[in-house]
Amino acid sequence: MALLDKHKIIETNATLLLVLSFLVVTVGGIVQIAPLFWLENTIEDVEGMRPYTPLELAGRDIYIREGCYVCHSQMIRPMRDEVERYGHYSLAAESKYDHPFQWGSKRTGPDLARVGGRYSDEWHLDHMRDPQSVVPESVMPKYGFLERKKLDGKYVGDLLKANAVVGVPYTEEMIANAQADFRAQANPDSDYDGLLERYGDNVNIRSFDGHSGVSEMDAIIAYLQMLGTLVDFSTFTPDASR
Amino acid sequence: MSKKTDENKDIPTTGHSWDGIEEYDNPMPRWWVWVFYATIVWGIGYSIAYPAWPGIKSATAGVLGFSTRANVAADIQAQEDKLGPINAKLEAADLTAIVDDAELNGFAVSSGAAVFKTWCAQCHGSGAAGAVGYPNLLDNDWLWGGDIENIYLTVKHGIRNEEDDDARYSQMTAFGDILEAEQIDEVVNFVMSLSGDPVDASKVEAGAVVYEENCAACHMEDGTGDQFQGAPNLADAIWLFGGDYDSIAQTVKYSRFGVMPAWQPRLSEAQIRAVSLYVHQLGGGE
Repeated sequence: MALLDKHKIIETNATLLLVLSFLVVTVGGIVQIAPLFWLENTIEDVEGMRPYTPLELAGRDIYIREGCYVCHSQMIRPMRDEVERYGHYSLAAESKYDHPFQWGSKRTGPDLARVGGRYSDEWHLDHMRDPQSVVPESVMPKYGFLERKKLDGKYVGDLLKANAVVGVPYTEEMIANAQADFRAQANPDSDYDGLLERYGDNVNIRSFDGHSGVSEMDAIIAYLQMLGTLVDFSTFTPDASR
Repeated sequence: MSKKTDENKDIPTTGHSWDGIEEYDNPMPRWWVWVFYATIVWGIGYSIAYPAWPGIKSATAGVLGFSTRANVAADIQAQEDKLGPINAKLEAADLTAIVDDAELNGFAVSSGAAVFKTWCAQCHGSGAAGAVGYPNLLDNDWLWGGDIENIYLTVKHGIRNEEDDDARYSQMTAFGDILEAEQIDEVVNFVMSLSGDPVDASKVEAGAVVYEENCAACHMEDGTGDQFQGAPNLADAIWLFGGDYDSIAQTVKYSRFGVMPAWQPRLSEAQIRAVSLYVHQLGGGE
């Protein structure tokens, strides 16, 4: 056991101990993390995914700011009861443009991964103003103040840019037109052709809060109404071996 | 690790010594050592049986062929196998005739109750009594028809949504820009008089004229509404958005209409039929 006796050298030399510990952790980290970048069964390409529109991205920021994730998860687990209640289980690719993702495991409220289109905009509006008016047993706080806070989208281009830096494929054109797209989505009478050209046809364009201009309520409802709606599961069957 | 006493001097020490205090080198308890070895063996076995070791392009799949996706698919399939025959019967049956088949109807109503609690209760309430702006499904007042076929159409395609081209659609005019404030005051009083007491009875007569000219085409001359257009009955005491003066005035000025999502892509045909039958038998079904 001559080799094991040498641990005294390491134990009595703090710098050496630090360097060697670092090496051990590095090897462990590489073995755990590195294969994820190449393993083909962790990278599933899914049709229909697009980056968030500027309005949806702003809504996502409000969602995070208000701490919605503290009570709502956004991941339908692959279990029958979850699938029956919420819809098709979530795919990893569905949160590939999320920085950070909103999976979560705490469900005081229901999972929101596929809440898009499940309720009308008016319901969301009523529910945000006074959750108990539509769901009496709910313990959700009121978020009516979102309606009164108007947004001009001045910095939404920067928000897109920040997301582009971490890998979301926002083009120069998307970033340059961010503020215009931001306003167009909440106004059905606007010229929204550019928005559809850049983000595809699967974009909801309407006044989400029923008032002109863009409020925080518009942004968060636009975000909620697109959640989980991008992948068309009538044409996509996930590979069961993954 | 106390100071080594004479009777313990045969026990070997680790050789470490701090200010004369030495450390015994007692063996680990046997049970602990064996549990430790067992976990190693278990770990090796587990990593062979289940997906474990990552390579460059793929990971070992494990000899048991475990997959969460396959498991949930099998779970769902097992449930479908169990309910498949009766669901197929429900899908094939004539909607109006199901009520005569006690077994099928019993299944549909129980299964529909579960669908309702999951997908419908958020708007219509867990007891189906509705809320302001979301119709009560227990009473006899129906906006788009309360027979089983109309309920089925409403559930399947929804109302006034953008996603389903077959969704029934209508839109009340906002009269705030069309009528004078005085005329609105009059017509609100008239509408209130249809089912109860107006705020100002002297305005009812004038309101009847305004109503006749602007409202009767959809809500009918006697105020009983038109289910073909989803125009509510104004002559009963049931109000979707409130029947007090201010609520009715608000409706006349700005108009109101609810939107219901289409459930066709989300729910299966059998589920849609089941929930329609459930709603139909709640008490108001025609």
